[in-house]
Amino acid sequence: MSFEPKILGILCNWCSYTGADLAGTARMKYPANMRSVRVMCSGRVDPGFILNALRSGADGVLICGCHPGDCHYVEGNYKCMRRIPLTKKLLADMGIDPRRLRLEWVSASEGARFQSVVTGFTEEIRTLGPLELRELNFDAEHPAGTAQEISAAAS
Amino acid sequence: MAKPKLAIYWAAACGGCDIAILDIEAKILDVADFFDVVFWPCAMDFKYADVEAMEDKSITLTLFNGAIRSDENFHIAKLLRQKSVVLCAFGSCAADGGIPSLANLFTLDSILDYVYLQAPSLDNPGKTIPQPTTKVPEGEITIPRLWNTVRTLEQVVDVDYLIPGCPPQSDQIAAVVDAVIDILKNGKPLPPKGTVLGATEKSCCDECPRERNIKKITKFIRPYEIIAEPNLCLMEQGIVCLGPATRSGCGAKCVKAGMPCRGCYGKPINVRDQGAKMISALASVIDSTDPEEIDKIIATVADPVGTFYRFTLADSFLRRAQV
Repeated sequence: MSFEPKILGILCNWCSYTGADLAGTARMKYPANMRSVRVMCSGRVDPGFILNALRSGADGVLICGCHPGDCHYVEGNYKCMRRIPLTKKLLADMGIDPRRLRLEWVSASEGARFQSVVTGFTEEIRTLGPLELRELNFDAEHPAGTAQEISAAAS
Repeated sequence: MAKPKLAIYWAAACGGCDIAILDIEAKILDVADFFDVVFWPCAMDFKYADVEAMEDKSITLTLFNGAIRSDENFHIAKLLRQKSVVLCAFGSCAADGGIPSLANLFTLDSILDYVYLQAPSLDNPGKTIPQPTTKVPEGEITIPRLWNTVRTLEQVVDVDYLIPGCPPQSDQIAAVVDAVIDILKNGKPLPPKGTVLGATEKSCCDECPRERNIKKITKFIRPYEIIAEPNLCLMEQGIVCLGPATRSGCGAKCVKAGMPCRGCYGKPINVRDQGAKMISALASVIDSTDPEEIDKIIATVADPVGTFYRFTLADSFLRRAQV
């Protein structure tokens, strides 16, 4: 079976979610790989949400907020703009391709942009392949835990 | 009536937790008076066989410090869980993985390779690397196998309470000792399972005496690069201080002494991942709205994983690096 990426989309209420809505009412097609969650502001997105999503099986995380300067809460999206690069740096150090996390600005009128962002990101994650976090959970049967040891013990 | 039994164990730890217990000074006499110490490898001579011979649930309280990093740590963790009524993860390593869990940034093979073959201070002409089993004339001898991934105590056995800190502060240990004695003597109910003992429910900033203003950071600097203004918030001066994302209870000792908080008391209440919370707090006060400038400022954060997860990597969402 071919790989279908699981993508978590976190969309801000005022711009991006409305933009997604516009894409929907205009019947624009985009891949169904993204599961969207609406938040009041991209500034609400804690890096923990991103890490939790990746740990829980997401292959990529897309965050969409209002364009800089357009935030409903004046500067929430700037906070997001500063957190994402540091989170990407953390991901890189943890051995996870930082391209699995993307921040995009989508306004309420940009249904077409939303369509192209989701399509592009889905294709990028498809190219990167599934995110498999090794040794995430404890295995009391094979506690020593190198992947090779575990597979050797299993065979 | 027989005295309640107390066990103290160290797994992957430095021994500082045991010292911190001794640092409660005269109160250690109360401990010796009230409890029958049945197992404490750091301070007294007991054998694992002594513990194995005990009846299940015969130890009233076990203070377990150290992370779980080897077959031996795991074996004793299971054993003490079986023999104890109450099992406490004591100190950062047992509670959150601690410093040893920074090993999760590497593979076991690369660590052994560096420590025994590459490190510049080495004198290892035979290029010896410890092996789990070795043949000697008398037969085969074994040492416990090390694990590729360091775990917290809670990840391998059921844990009743957590006492954070690297090490837990002696006044907090003394307070916990008093509370435990009070509970056992007067038949009081135990706190709910999972309670964090010997700490408070606020953040380290709450105990910090430094003056706080609106934070605007244009460059991150490391403590050795400046002489910090003594009464001003360290983060405002550009020093990465984990105070906002760290549980209080230590009395803000480090920040009072001019060093930033390293986060040893672990995540505060209602936080799941200390490092992520710190990134959230820290990045949002960067003083720029220009993506390129933000990148430049972020590039001045030295070693994000080692800074934000210094004591909690094993307990984080990702737990280990994918290397």
